[in-house]
Amino acid sequence: MFDVNAIRAQFPILSRTVHNNSLVYLDNGATTHKPLNVIEKEREFYLQNNANVHRGTHFLSANATAQYEAVREILADFLQVQSRELVWTKGATESLNLIAHGLTPLLQPNDIILISELEHHANIVPWQQLALRTGAVIKAIKVNRKGCIHYERAVAQIQNLKPKIVSICHASNGLGNILPIESLIREAKAIGAITVIDGAQSFAQIRPNLRELDCDFYVASAHKAFGPTGVGLLFGKYELLNEMPPYQCGGEMIDKVTISHSSFNQAPSKFEAGTPNIAGVIAFGEAIKFISSIPFEEWTAHKKDVFNTLISEMQTIEQVELYGDLNDNIGTVSFTVKNQHPIDVATLLDHHGIAVRTGHHCNQPLMDALAISGTIRASIAIYNTVEEIDHFIFALRDVISLLEE
Amino acid sequence: MMNIEEIYKSIASQQGWQAKYRQIMLLGKQLPNFPEPLKTEEARVSGCESKVWLHLAWDESTGCLVVIGDSDTRIVKGLLAIILAFYNGKRSDEIHTSDVITVFKELDLIQHLSPSRGNGIHAIQKAIVHFSQDS
Repeated sequence: MFDVNAIRAQFPILSRTVHNNSLVYLDNGATTHKPLNVIEKEREFYLQNNANVHRGTHFLSANATAQYEAVREILADFLQVQSRELVWTKGATESLNLIAHGLTPLLQPNDIILISELEHHANIVPWQQLALRTGAVIKAIKVNRKGCIHYERAVAQIQNLKPKIVSICHASNGLGNILPIESLIREAKAIGAITVIDGAQSFAQIRPNLRELDCDFYVASAHKAFGPTGVGLLFGKYELLNEMPPYQCGGEMIDKVTISHSSFNQAPSKFEAGTPNIAGVIAFGEAIKFISSIPFEEWTAHKKDVFNTLISEMQTIEQVELYGDLNDNIGTVSFTVKNQHPIDVATLLDHHGIAVRTGHHCNQPLMDALAISGTIRASIAIYNTVEEIDHFIFALRDVISLLEE
Repeated sequence: MMNIEEIYKSIASQQGWQAKYRQIMLLGKQLPNFPEPLKTEEARVSGCESKVWLHLAWDESTGCLVVIGDSDTRIVKGLLAIILAFYNGKRSDEIHTSDVITVFKELDLIQHLSPSRGNGIHAIQKAIVHFSQDS
């Protein structure tokens, strides 16, 4: 039986106050909080198990390596892929940079890289740099005035443009929309494109089965999924992954080094130069266990409950305009308040103890498409409650009336 | 317009954060009109998520600073009013020996001084100090 209070008890930070009010944390799209098992695991590593991985024959190093590699297995199981197809990085951003770098040899001048207007800058800028290196061209799937993509038009763009690479988010960080990636991946594969999915927002919320999705690459960040900062993941279908040239060079990733030449290890080791964030990876294993401990049906039912309350309450405030797809959504609402600057609204909400994000959310092309400079974004996680939404709505009404005086 | 001492008292005397922000936004509303043609890219203060424009000059007869400004947000505009009242009419040497940041600290507006991109009080203060150093 789902008990949100039992879940909240695992997150000590949720009991703190901000400006003498109970914290209502609605900035989960930026980063989620960490449950005790994650925090304890990281602490335990440094207290009891600290050593470097993949080297040394001593007890601690072997133990650290075993724990570190065990998390790769846990993650492989979670995503339904092989562990050798998973590379540890420092975040989804680094994962995307690694892929864009690695695909350089496959692109010719005028090849098309198709993204969407919903993409985070991390899924735009690395492709722009790739385009600069190779002469490839970037095109984007358009959004309508609410920020939703038109499915048939997106399919037509894939069929007509015949892109070499299609790189889209599973869910929009700015608006929360869940994209129909299953069918977009199918369409992209039908014309032979390499498919890349930015799962930064979807990893914990949707728990994708990558075997079924059949994408070529998938990336995510641990810190948006109850894990530590500085840990990211990259999935790549093995042959494609292993074909890519190394991204960074150094220790760990080599097979043999002479002064004039080196040969590289096979993936994933080939892409893990230097000492990784060992404690972070091991603690991330606990985050995956935390996610998996809550049945997916209960998880989505609770989030839907909180999200629907949020949406229906916001729709009663006449000055509020909502953006994005409010049905297929990971639990993020982006909005503006008529005649008010998002920063003013968020500054005053902060005094009510409410944490939201303002601005363009690293989505400047999306904001341009919506013809706004930014929004206020409230993004919920599994530990948020209907009572917190009530508090948020009360505060929002109070803030609007103060601003309208 | 109130001078900096009057502004300081008008904020410090407020009870509670709502009243304090109400007063800050009122100060913003009382700022003299900032002509639209002056809202150029060159006049923008970089480092603020909200838009802030400054127009700076020296009064040749007195040698004192004349600065006007505007922002697209109500709260930053109010905070800007405090900064403008503090620096307007000061000579270059006075600008270098005084610091508006202490006023923000005393008024417990410290959150607006954080290095996060959301606010740019430091950026505005630095733009004024740099102007007075360069000219």
